[in-house]
Amino acid sequence: MAALVEFRAVTYQIGGREILHGIDLCVQESETVALLGRSGSGKTTLLKMVNRLVEPTSGEVRFEGKPVTDWDPIRLRRRMGYVIQEGGLFPHATVAENVGLVPKLEGWPEERIRARTRELLDAMGMPAPVYGSRHPRQLSGGEKQRVGIARALAADPPLLLLDEPFAALDPVTRFEMQQRFARLRRAFGKTALFVTHDIREALMLGTRIALLKEGRLEIVARADEFVQARSPEATAFLATLGEGTLDGSHATG
Amino acid sequence: MRLAEIVRLSAEHLWLVAIAVFAAVVIAAPSAVILTRRPRLRRWTLGVVNVVQTVPSLAVFGFLLPLPFLGGVGKPTAIVALILYALLPILRNMVVGILGVDAGVRESAVAMGMTDGQILWGVELPLAFPTILAGIRIATVTTIGTATIAAAIGGGGLGTFVFRGIAMADTTTILAGAVPAALMAIAADEALGWIERRFSF
Repeated sequence: MAALVEFRAVTYQIGGREILHGIDLCVQESETVALLGRSGSGKTTLLKMVNRLVEPTSGEVRFEGKPVTDWDPIRLRRRMGYVIQEGGLFPHATVAENVGLVPKLEGWPEERIRARTRELLDAMGMPAPVYGSRHPRQLSGGEKQRVGIARALAADPPLLLLDEPFAALDPVTRFEMQQRFARLRRAFGKTALFVTHDIREALMLGTRIALLKEGRLEIVARADEFVQARSPEATAFLATLGEGTLDGSHATG
Repeated sequence: MRLAEIVRLSAEHLWLVAIAVFAAVVIAAPSAVILTRRPRLRRWTLGVVNVVQTVPSLAVFGFLLPLPFLGGVGKPTAIVALILYALLPILRNMVVGILGVDAGVRESAVAMGMTDGQILWGVELPLAFPTILAGIRIATVTTIGTATIAAAIGGGGLGTFVFRGIAMADTTTILAGAVPAALMAIAADEALGWIERRFSF
């Protein structure tokens, strides 16, 4: 298996403050790596280096074996879906237009865009005849998030980048979304890099978990190994799970 | 003073306003796009345009009179002054509207591989449109009022009645200028306000 994304000694400083220190991490094809950490641990910054929304101060990020700085940024970004809280949908475009955006940028023919949009909205449980012509303001939080994921998948990119996509949802909707996402990711066979501050989510969705503390990788482990981890930050996160869940039964991803 | 003259001067008035607002939009649009991409230039330019706005309108007409090419008694001078006045609300609302686009929406647009031009035309301008239109509405309504003063330097329009009425101490003549101008302002406000609401998200 080849590394789809590779961080090599990545450092990031802003205003004399070090946000990330010497990060080395590989994301293999078709695995989901959860970037777990508290607020301010640098996990979002690390994610944004993959699609060059942030450039590292030193070190290198590679995608498909090539440094991201050697990629044309437009081409690079169209090879990876990006999902953020609330989906970041275009409020002035319909659901169908939002989902079909990248295919349209890529110059797909109308008919193919329509077929792809229909397929993805169906997969999200939001049939196009019902939802396609709605605007984002007419959707619930969970629906917006599903459209956001459909949009990220639209041009069939090999990689998905997700930045706390379910954090703003109520617990029940969040759980449904997490299950749906796990199913979809397997069905579509995507590689994903996933930022979260929720250890349940990381255990449920991550093939591996990379735990960040104050800009350093404290531990990178498979979900079933992570629950055995004894490092200070891992222990702190595991403690939030409460009794009876430490046996790894949540590690379904 | 006859109905025919009221109609003629109203049309002239409307013409002055239309040219001034149109020219202000044409000048403001590319400037606003540049300003949204250059924070330092933005502070300076908006500052200068703000200062122009604080100069009393009659004084601006007066300042422009002695200038070569632009100046002199007549319509061109009046239109230049009206453009200067219409510029600020239009420019400011364009800049505010574009900068006000939700950060998550803009970030998504960049992350999906949209080019700067695609983001401008496909995301920023459509989302800023209601704000931009509000600026044009404010500029139009105030220009309809300011344009009455243009008559003082030979600009014509409904101000002709107002100044004539003042000179003759004749209230009816003043009202023959003031009432159509007021009606015009209300109509413009309503019409542009309606379009604005239709394009809000």
